[in-house]
Amino acid sequence: MAKTNSMHHEPLIRISKRDGMVWWKGWLVRAAAIVLALLVCAVLIVFITGVNPLEFYASMIRGSFGSARKLWLTLQNTAILLCIALAVTPAFKMKFWNTGAEGQVLIGALASAACMIWWGNRLPGWLLLPMMAVVCMAAGIVWSVIPAYCRAKWGTNETLFTLMMNYVAMQLVSYCITYWENPAGSNSVGVINPNTFGGWMPSLFGQKYLLNILIVAALTLLVYVYLARSKQGYEIAVVGESQNTARYIGIDVKRVIVRTMVFTGAICGIAGMLLVAGTDHTISINTVDGRGFTAIMVSWLAKFNPIVMALTSFLIVFLERGAGEIATAFRLNESVADILTGIILFFIIGSEFFVSYQINFRRAHKEAGIKHD
Amino acid sequence: MIEIIASFVKQAIIQGIPLLYGSTGEILTEKSGNLNLGIPGIMYIGGIAGVIGAYFYEHAVEVVNPFWCVLIPFVCSVAGSMLMALIYSFLTVTLRANQNVTGLALTTFGVGVGNFFGGSLSSLFGEGGSIALNRTGACFKATLPFADKLGLFGETFLSFGFLAYLAIFIALAASWFLNHTRAGLNLRAVGESPATADAAGINVTKYKYLATCIGGGIAGLGGLYFIMDYIGGAWTNGGFGDRGWLAIALVIFALWKPKASILGSILFGGLYIVYLYIPGLSRASQEIFKMLPYVVTIVVLIVISIRNRRENQPPESLGLSYFREER
Repeated sequence: MAKTNSMHHEPLIRISKRDGMVWWKGWLVRAAAIVLALLVCAVLIVFITGVNPLEFYASMIRGSFGSARKLWLTLQNTAILLCIALAVTPAFKMKFWNTGAEGQVLIGALASAACMIWWGNRLPGWLLLPMMAVVCMAAGIVWSVIPAYCRAKWGTNETLFTLMMNYVAMQLVSYCITYWENPAGSNSVGVINPNTFGGWMPSLFGQKYLLNILIVAALTLLVYVYLARSKQGYEIAVVGESQNTARYIGIDVKRVIVRTMVFTGAICGIAGMLLVAGTDHTISINTVDGRGFTAIMVSWLAKFNPIVMALTSFLIVFLERGAGEIATAFRLNESVADILTGIILFFIIGSEFFVSYQINFRRAHKEAGIKHD
Repeated sequence: MIEIIASFVKQAIIQGIPLLYGSTGEILTEKSGNLNLGIPGIMYIGGIAGVIGAYFYEHAVEVVNPFWCVLIPFVCSVAGSMLMALIYSFLTVTLRANQNVTGLALTTFGVGVGNFFGGSLSSLFGEGGSIALNRTGACFKATLPFADKLGLFGETFLSFGFLAYLAIFIALAASWFLNHTRAGLNLRAVGESPATADAAGINVTKYKYLATCIGGGIAGLGGLYFIMDYIGGAWTNGGFGDRGWLAIALVIFALWKPKASILGSILFGGLYIVYLYIPGLSRASQEIFKMLPYVVTIVVLIVISIRNRRENQPPESLGLSYFREER
């Protein structure tokens, strides 16, 4: 008997799924991961530059809160990132891996720039801005529905399709820039309508970003209600859990896929408009600047909850701006921000494992023996 | 006319080689069911790790020895990119993280590391200015001694550095490995259905780790080729551009077959530069031509999903993490 026991091989570590962690414990694990990541980043920066680690954290905080202007920029960046994250969330919830938010936002931005250039000085603002919103949403929808339709109809791989659409959008923007460039030969568009402000989104109470932030706040509520309270949101959740179940209870899965991607495309289009008409007042292929990809992480980190996404997008923006500040303060190449963001993301991504799984170490041999008999 | 065509083919091959490395590496990775969207980042790391290795070697010795000059950057490049792939494998296989999210984070990180060290390596170690490793570049560019005596044929097909031929060799070897060896069969089984492979006694974790890391190492060589051979040893921030994503596109275009990606890479390389060879194009229409590789990939993607032939499909479990106890 004892012999069979000793021959029985039980691995040192066994991993099993948790039934579900108390929510505050889960957040404790994630917070610990972020603290750990910040420690690693500080060690790295201290190693490269030899500065005092406290100075490292101080400049990180200065990057986001150092002045009123910086605070507004932080809020503005959070709003834009949150907006794109809101757009990708419904699709992710039904396990449609849309990596094309970058292109969908960019095409919305392109539509917005086109409206400003063509009609900015001809139409009054009260007519132009709603029209622009419609055109931008339509552009975003075109970019998102093509892959969604192919996925629904033929099962085309949506991750790769939407990824390729990003580059088609970028080339389209480059194409338009050659027509719109100002001054000629600069290969950039320059500020559109700098004197007439045609097509610019208005400032509220003297704050030029306030309108953006309010629009995104409204969208956050809308997406939250849509996902948590509406019939369509419920259908998305069912399709995400199991397509077979969805079919069994009579949900038209193909219709849900296309409809949800229309929703995604529309919000991406709005994000593009907020970027061009509300922030940059110009367009380039770097207008979206990777936010389409970062938004995927924002949404995933928040477990697809729009309210929590406000926090996670603020966190990411805080980290990025802090890393940017460190780069300037210590005269480092600005790419250091990407490195720090990458490290922090690795830690957060890894921490999810400890939230959803538990590690069981091999129990004392004697106890195990009794169990197996 | 024939000279123009020959020069076009040569340029297409030169542009295609980094894509070939990237796609061969990604095919191996995807065959294990891992969709590694970190390939662009890995290729940046492959480039910069080689640059760092060469930088220290060139500064350590007076007279460079061509053998070390090639070997040191080569080993650094493979080691750096395998390390990146190891991070990816650890997060997605052991910690079962979402592959898309992990891959995108890896790309952010890799591009950041590349541009950071590329831009500030020399200032970090006391000298200003940008990096120019001409001597290492020359070693990588060295061609067969008789290549220029063979006329147009030699000029078009034999005038590359050794990394170009290595790329084709690795692609052929990968094709043989996947289709004619037991381990290759096991790997494909892991990518199609890890649960079935696990039940058949195949170590799924080991295969996923090895395929991803070796695939990453191969992909990284694409970055090394670009920096050392094509550019000749100088680093420009962002110079590698979107080639990493094109390599992923090429995987689809080649229908997950390394042999097909050899011709595919030359075709993609050609599409990448064809706008330079069509006379009378305006700048605007050049931009439209640069869209071609992506549009072609999309068309291929749609066509294979419509025809729905089993041998042309992506690995069945592509993008999904495997957990034995999951129902």
